[in-house]
Amino acid sequence: MTSIGTGYDLSNSVFSPDGRNFQVEYAVKAVESGGTCIGIRTKHGVVLACEKIISSKLLKPGCNKRISTVDRSAGIVTSGLLPDGRHLTSRGRDEASSWRQTYKAPIPLSSLASRLGGYVQAYTLYSSVRPFGVTAILGGWDSEAESGVDGQVGNGPAAGAGGKVDDPSVKRGGPALYMIEPSGLYWGYYGAATGKGRQAAKAELEKLDLNSPDCALSLKDAVLEAARIIYVAHEDSKDKEFELELTWISALDGPTKGRHEHVPKELLEEAEKHAKKSLEGDDEDEDDDEMEE
Amino acid sequence: MGPDMATAMLGEDGIHIDMNHLKKGEVNLGTSIMAINFKDGVILGADSRTTTGAYIANRVTDKLTQVHDTIWCCRSGSAADTQAVADIVSYHLGLYGVMNGQDGPTTQTAAALFQELCYENKDQLSAGMIIAGYDKRHGGSVYSIPLGGSLHKQSYAIGGSGSTYIYGYCDANWKEHMTEEEGIKFVKGALGEAIKWDGSSGGVIRMVVLTNRGHERHLYLPDNGYTGPGRARPATT
Repeated sequence: MTSIGTGYDLSNSVFSPDGRNFQVEYAVKAVESGGTCIGIRTKHGVVLACEKIISSKLLKPGCNKRISTVDRSAGIVTSGLLPDGRHLTSRGRDEASSWRQTYKAPIPLSSLASRLGGYVQAYTLYSSVRPFGVTAILGGWDSEAESGVDGQVGNGPAAGAGGKVDDPSVKRGGPALYMIEPSGLYWGYYGAATGKGRQAAKAELEKLDLNSPDCALSLKDAVLEAARIIYVAHEDSKDKEFELELTWISALDGPTKGRHEHVPKELLEEAEKHAKKSLEGDDEDEDDDEMEE
Repeated sequence: MGPDMATAMLGEDGIHIDMNHLKKGEVNLGTSIMAINFKDGVILGADSRTTTGAYIANRVTDKLTQVHDTIWCCRSGSAADTQAVADIVSYHLGLYGVMNGQDGPTTQTAAALFQELCYENKDQLSAGMIIAGYDKRHGGSVYSIPLGGSLHKQSYAIGGSGSTYIYGYCDANWKEHMTEEEGIKFVKGALGEAIKWDGSSGGVIRMVVLTNRGHERHLYLPDNGYTGPGRARPATT
């Protein structure tokens, strides 16, 4: 960065003459060296995955989880400064619970993303604070159930509500995936990646053709792909040990019944095996190519 | 009775009702209100009498209040309290609608807001409300929020002092999945009886029909035995 030393990078809330906020850009740098995190959105649900670098052999495997549940049907994973991620997660939980208190219903993912985006953005405005050193991926499933108001008594007419419109344009819940950056910018995605291995991960995600209406990826396929992509993205930092963390969320009639959960142990092991095997496959292919030369 | 007590309390010798719970001269909606589900949505209905003690302060009151495009409420109890609550809910729903674009608030959202206000302020308020609305996701729905601030989802709801006279009428004549004409006839018949028997209900019968066409108002005058004029305004979308 050429502008270093000009003084405009020292304070939040001060623009450089060419209209940049350097503190935010430095925060992005903090994310770029964080563990790879990805999110995959399919018709059947959402998968979140992260590469947890093992910083000490004394840490207990399978503990110190990095993907958290914010509300029953929403999960969040962050890449970058871990404590910043913890704080943002905690804020997400507060937002979800205050929404429930006011509206007596779960918060829609779009609203949760908007609230968290606004929160993160506020930390780019004041000289007394620094921006968040994290990019967060937010995944969830807005319930398609006729859930009514929390705590209501009675169910209305036995014949069902009259005048319901059977039109596909009427939204009745579904999958959602958002990514929130240190600037507070948030966008909805079919596939999202952040952290050290994001370039490789993005290239793999694009191959999945997630935005195509006839994308045939099942939720289980998405879990396997997520594991594979984390392994592919780890190739560049092979010297470091890592642990794979995977969560998923399906429709009410799917495997997680609309809840955000860590994938079961058996599926996690299957996904790891599948990922390692596909990497070995790549190596073999490369070997073959070399032999042909 | 202390100021923090509800209007009715259970003593050793039965239920005591504070007949003077309103402030001196406070305007009361001694009322007959109702809302029903029907085939295509919901119908709200109300009489139009507002009293200050024995004096009829307004004989053509509108007790059907809009809080969003196709979410309305029937108000009973203190006119001031119920107007204030409806105004607050209306503000919240307006904001919700603007912030969430196409997917505006549902009747559920409105009912949750009404209930929170009525429950948290139960000691100060004298408000019995019926919330009815139509949204594309859920179709029509009817919620009743009686005095304590509980929330009841119902096929149809009746409220106000006049409702006590029509429990039998409604039970005998109610059926689910009525057509619009049948629904209007049911509401008109019930409110007609309530007005006939209840001294604090009277005037005209107002109705609002909420469907995917938007809202339509109906008016029925006592002059011709509540036969017309009927639908008052063309549909708005």
